[in-house]
Formats: sequence, structure tokens, C-alpha cells
Amino acid sequence: MYAQLVKTAGSGVKSREEMSENEQDFQDRVDSDQKIEPKDWMPDDYRATLIRQIGQHAHSEIVGQLPEGNWITRAPTLERKAILLAKVQDEAGHGLYLYCAAETLGVTRDELTEELLSGRMKYSSIFNYPTLNWADIGAVGWLVDGAAIMNQVPLQRTSYGPYSRAMIRICKEESFHQRQGYDIMMKMAQGTEAQKKMAQDALNRLWYPSLMMFGPSDKDSVHSAQSLAWKIKIDTNDELRQRFVDQTVPQAKYLGLTIPDENLKWNEERGAHDYSDPNWAEFFDVIKGNGPCNTDRMNTRIKAWEDGAWVREGLMAHADKKAARKQAMTAAE
Amino acid sequence: MSKEWPLWEIFIRGQHGMSHRHVGSLHAPDEEMAIKNARDVYTRRNEGVSIWVVEAKHIAASSPEEKGPLYEPSNSKVYRHPTFFDIPDEVGHM
Repeated sequence: MYAQLVKTAGSGVKSREEMSENEQDFQDRVDSDQKIEPKDWMPDDYRATLIRQIGQHAHSEIVGQLPEGNWITRAPTLERKAILLAKVQDEAGHGLYLYCAAETLGVTRDELTEELLSGRMKYSSIFNYPTLNWADIGAVGWLVDGAAIMNQVPLQRTSYGPYSRAMIRICKEESFHQRQGYDIMMKMAQGTEAQKKMAQDALNRLWYPSLMMFGPSDKDSVHSAQSLAWKIKIDTNDELRQRFVDQTVPQAKYLGLTIPDENLKWNEERGAHDYSDPNWAEFFDVIKGNGPCNTDRMNTRIKAWEDGAWVREGLMAHADKKAARKQAMTAAE
Repeated sequence: MSKEWPLWEIFIRGQHGMSHRHVGSLHAPDEEMAIKNARDVYTRRNEGVSIWVVEAKHIAASSPEEKGPLYEPSNSKVYRHPTFFDIPDEVGHM
């Protein structure tokens, strides 16, 4: 999930009797799958939680450009380079759709950026892991975008209109991302012994961080009942994680690669795979800022923001000057 | 002194003679940059052949509270729908 560990505002799901009349109407609309639009009445906690969730989702798209951007200049062929460039550009676009959705809730773009740069808002833990070789770019597309799709497809039905529309657009574009990743993995897995080793190594390192993308286990996932009731979360973390494992197992098998989990096996009774949980201590540690690349990612974003300040200000000053000149000319006529 | 770029609403007309349709919004310093940015953000997959940009502050919108008085009158005029009238089969296609 691109938004993990989003703290739901409020004190939990209210009973019908505890709700105000506005809250009852609101919940009825959500329950009957009507979309909530920016100017509609909504509980303050719904608004606050959505800002956190969509903001975190947007930040993940933006920071998510960094591990892949790392390989643009080193892609093995011109075609791979062009494809990777297009993919990274898409991620920027996805970030922009989401920021705009968040802004409809009354927060400004600059506020969201500052929350990210000050560390008050998070992005997905997955982007704090490095991309060490070309096979990692394949594995990121295959696993990380695969996990993101798993999370984003149900969110197309989320109750908040602008968020839902952003998700629909993103999902349309995202499938190319996963396929280009799998395409790289196929090439590597069918290549030389050394290439196959690189592919296996990438899977070994990125498997558990990918499972972490769905957030903590349901039993440790506080407040998610309220987010489910508001339909800003559609499935639980463990449901999505299970779906991801079940989908990925045959894909790994086709590649001839081994998922690094001794406990991974089909459970006939459940009709699903049993698998090992990731190391949750590591997950919380990475979220706290202690992953291999946290400092690097934040420094890169801060540098981009500071180095870009003169461009943002310069273009605005130019636009103001142009507008003033136009106004003076109109007045003179 | 930093000042945030204004917000623009973006409308795009697709290939097949449809009307411009709202696709989303973005920030840009002026209309020229808004069109350029809209090209990059909203037409990466050949989605359109024409872009309109309107600064968001210039859009007036109806408010949800007016929903009743605004749309209620049309509810009682079911005869505006062709299915209101029963036309015998032998008349043929109409």
C-alpha cells in the first residue's frame, strides 16, 4: 500500500445514536455508494484522515521516482531507458493527481510539501530501500507496482469523489508499469547465469519490503474499522497482502525464481498460500527513519525543493509582470 | 517571499468530436504554462486534441445545499422522457 499506517482521526466508529444528524446523513450516503464531493458536508475527522492518506499516497509517488531515477542514466539499452523515463514521468503525474485531490480538502500544495520535508508526513517504507542493480528495476516494477495496483484497484471505489477519480486514472496507467518490470525480469531470468543470479538476488531483497507495503498485520492495525466504515479503506491490510502473495507465486514460478520463504505453501483448506510475515520490527524502524535510504531520499527532496525555489518565484514574478502590463495596455485603450 | 502558483482546472477534448471534459487540475504561474503543464500531466497517452485551462478561482459552482430547489422541478416532469408515451407496436419505429 502506498499509504501505510495512516492514523485515522477520531475516536473510532460511532453508533447510530452517537451520530449527529449530519453524520447520519453522511454515513447513509457512504453506505449507499454515493460519492462525497469537496463542497459536501463531511465529518472533520474524515477530512483530516483523508488529507493524511492522500498526502502520504502523493508523497510516495514523488519519492518513488528516486529509486528508479537512479537507473535512468544506466539503463542497458536506449529502449529500456526511454521506457523507464516514461514510467518515472508517470509517477510524477500520479503524484500531481493526488496532490490536487488532497487540495480539494482545504490544504495547500506548499503545506503538503512542507509536511513531507519536515518529516511530519510519511511516504511508503518501500522507497527507503536501495536499487542496487538493473534487476532491481525489474523487481520494483513487478513487485512494488504490483503491490500498489493491488491496493489502488479497490480504492477506485473509495467514497471521496476526487480521490476515486485520481485512482481510476492512476490504475489505467499503472498496469504498464508492472508489465515493463516483469518484462525486465523475464529477460534477466532467461539470460546468462549471472543475470539469473541478479534477478534472484533482487527478488530476495525486495520480497519482504514489498509485503510491508500493505501495512502492519490486521491485529496491530489500529483504527482501521473507522476508515473501512468511511470507505476510504476498502480491504484490510492482510486481505490485500494475501491477494498479492497468491497472485505473485505463479509469476515467480514462471520466471524460475524462488520466493525467499521456506513456509510458503498452498493451503488447500484456506484456498490460499501460507506465507511468512515480514520482520515487523524492521518495518517500524524504517518508518521511524532508520531504513537504508531514508536520509538520502529526504535530502534529495529537500535539495530539489530549495534549488527549485528561484524557478517557482521567478516564473510567478514574470507572470505578475505580464499581467500588469496587459492591464496597463487595456486601460490605455 | 514565496507565493504558490495559482490552481487551474483542465478540460480536454478527445479525438472523436466529444465536448471538452474536465480531467483534473494543476498549478502553473500563467495560462501559457498551464497549457504546457496540462499537456505533460493529462495527455501522456494521446488523450486529447484540444486543451482548455481556466483558473480555478473563476469557476462558480452550485452548492450542495441548493440541490433540492435546483433539480426538484425536473423530477415532476416525467413527460420529458420519451418512454412516458405508449406508442402501439404497429406504428413501427418512432
